[in-house]
Amino acid sequence: MSTRAKPAPRLPGQDADAGTWTDKARRWLLAKLPPDKLLPGDQPIYVMSWAYVFGMGAVASLVWIIASGVVLGLNGPQWYHVSPLGGFVNSSHLWSVELFFIFMVVHLWLKFWMAAWRGGRVLTWITGMLSFIVSIVAAFTGYLLQTNFDSQWIAFEAKDALNSVGVGAWFNVANLGQIFVWHITLLPLAVGAVVVLHALLVRVHGVVPPLDASEDDAQLSTNTVEVGGNPPGAGRQVAPATSLTPAEPKDAAL
Amino acid sequence: MTGKGAATSWQKRDDVAGRPWTGRVREYDLLKELTIGVVVVGLMVLGVSALFGAPDEPSVSLKSWAASAPADFVATAAKELAGTSDTAGYGPPYNSTPDASQKIGPVDLQSLPGVRLPVDTAQDFVIGPLEQLPSPPAALADWTAATEQQRSDWASAYSDALAAAPDNDPAKVADGSYGPVPALTGALADMARQGTLDGVLQGGGTFYNLDYTLSLLFLGDGSYFPGLAASQHLSGDQWGVMNETGDTPGQSWLWLFSLLYQVEPFKSSPNADALAVVTMAVLTVLLTLLSFIPGLRSIPRKLPVHRLIWKDYYRHR
Amino acid sequence: MAGWLVNGAATVGAGTYFGWDGFTIQSGNLIVIAVMVILFILALLLPFPGGKGRK
Repeated sequence: MSTRAKPAPRLPGQDADAGTWTDKARRWLLAKLPPDKLLPGDQPIYVMSWAYVFGMGAVASLVWIIASGVVLGLNGPQWYHVSPLGGFVNSSHLWSVELFFIFMVVHLWLKFWMAAWRGGRVLTWITGMLSFIVSIVAAFTGYLLQTNFDSQWIAFEAKDALNSVGVGAWFNVANLGQIFVWHITLLPLAVGAVVVLHALLVRVHGVVPPLDASEDDAQLSTNTVEVGGNPPGAGRQVAPATSLTPAEPKDAAL
Repeated sequence: MTGKGAATSWQKRDDVAGRPWTGRVREYDLLKELTIGVVVVGLMVLGVSALFGAPDEPSVSLKSWAASAPADFVATAAKELAGTSDTAGYGPPYNSTPDASQKIGPVDLQSLPGVRLPVDTAQDFVIGPLEQLPSPPAALADWTAATEQQRSDWASAYSDALAAAPDNDPAKVADGSYGPVPALTGALADMARQGTLDGVLQGGGTFYNLDYTLSLLFLGDGSYFPGLAASQHLSGDQWGVMNETGDTPGQSWLWLFSLLYQVEPFKSSPNADALAVVTMAVLTVLLTLLSFIPGLRSIPRKLPVHRLIWKDYYRHR
Repeated sequence: MAGWLVNGAATVGAGTYFGWDGFTIQSGNLIVIAVMVILFILALLLPFPGGKGRK
């Protein structure tokens, strides 16, 4: 393309329409998600509530689900029935899943009440829902893999719902070989991928501002506030020092 | 702000929500929060697991079924021969029983894949396994030589006689024209009690097997296995979809799916499963696309829970 | 409750169920749902320990 006709060396990131697919992808990625957005050192002042810890709680639970699941998987499906340690690891797998769903559901409720899809964040909401849906299927296949009475009955009962919409012929809950593939490879990869995408989208767009935030909020009056002083345009008192310690001015690069 | 509808719209506008935040910030350490999260959640997981463990009810086998409920086993085997069991009348994907599939209005999704996992109940559950015995019962030859009609008449007559017998006991069945059926079902019950039927039905004569479709369908056609499930509150009409054995929490996130089976029009519909699945699919799509739905997306504005979430922010502006 | 290093075989009881008129809920599920509601309410009400604010 046009770059081939221009042998002159180009500076990285300078020539907007030049470059290989890889160059373009890098430029796009760096523009969307520069390192200081990916791994931020600060967050908007409104990100200060217990409401913000549940997403991370779900991610932390997922870490424990994967860790206990790897141990269970590497020991084979019979191990946990006969080994006390195996039984304990199986319990950890179950309880980390329960915590995962508890945190995820509370996270979902809170994000609904924040209307967190505002300001171009609709894909964040959709990927969050997708991770919920894929997690439900992943958990279901885990129940089918217990190789005990519960899994026998769940397989027998669930086949009707799946057959009734034509899915059971391919997703056969009584075929343990199929369910192994779903539960220990495809679905964990899917959950991981959607959760990572969701978290990256949160970083790209930033945390959604309060519903009633407006341009003349004290928190938004930029760069002119002196230490300890009143923000211009706002007659009210500045935030008390308990939660807001006025500090050095932030670099304009933000 | 430009009007109330716009405030909770998904669209990106040139407003506070649509622009990168340029206001006041607070220190935040992402990796530290992640680490604390993993440690705290880990302690919770290990603590709760140590306290409560997890249930592991042993599985049911054809052997334990035939030993614990021999009359039920024989009655089920007779139904499999007569073609009157649940599996025999199931329709796709196991067989092509007419009018057996569930429909959503005129749409018959169940029939789309066709008979992809074919199950011939008489052959697969009874005759085939008996043929695998070192000395197959002589009655097999009578069955094989008979016409379809004759087989069906024998098996149905025996099935009815079993239902009428005291305690459904095969030993107390009234005399009748049952042909080789009592000998076949009796031989199958012996085979199950000895534990050979489990292996034959699962393995189909091969060494490796991970497919339990046949064993599970046969088990479910009886009343022993569903009875055990009902005693643990696991049946569909007992909210069983979301329940785990004992007191351990199950898939509580399936509460709505579970609820649908308890209420009309799902409860008594022959298409209950199809209707419940489609209803859940529609509701899930609606929740996923919530931000595009006027009215629903404005609820967070009309019921201002957000005042509590961002109370610090609102207090200081 | 003796889950600690106890393998579950044959230790499962019938479970505790609460219900009225067609509505049934198992104790474990009830507790999980109650925990979610409580966490939601606490997240709204509990004050968050303030971090360092800066411009």
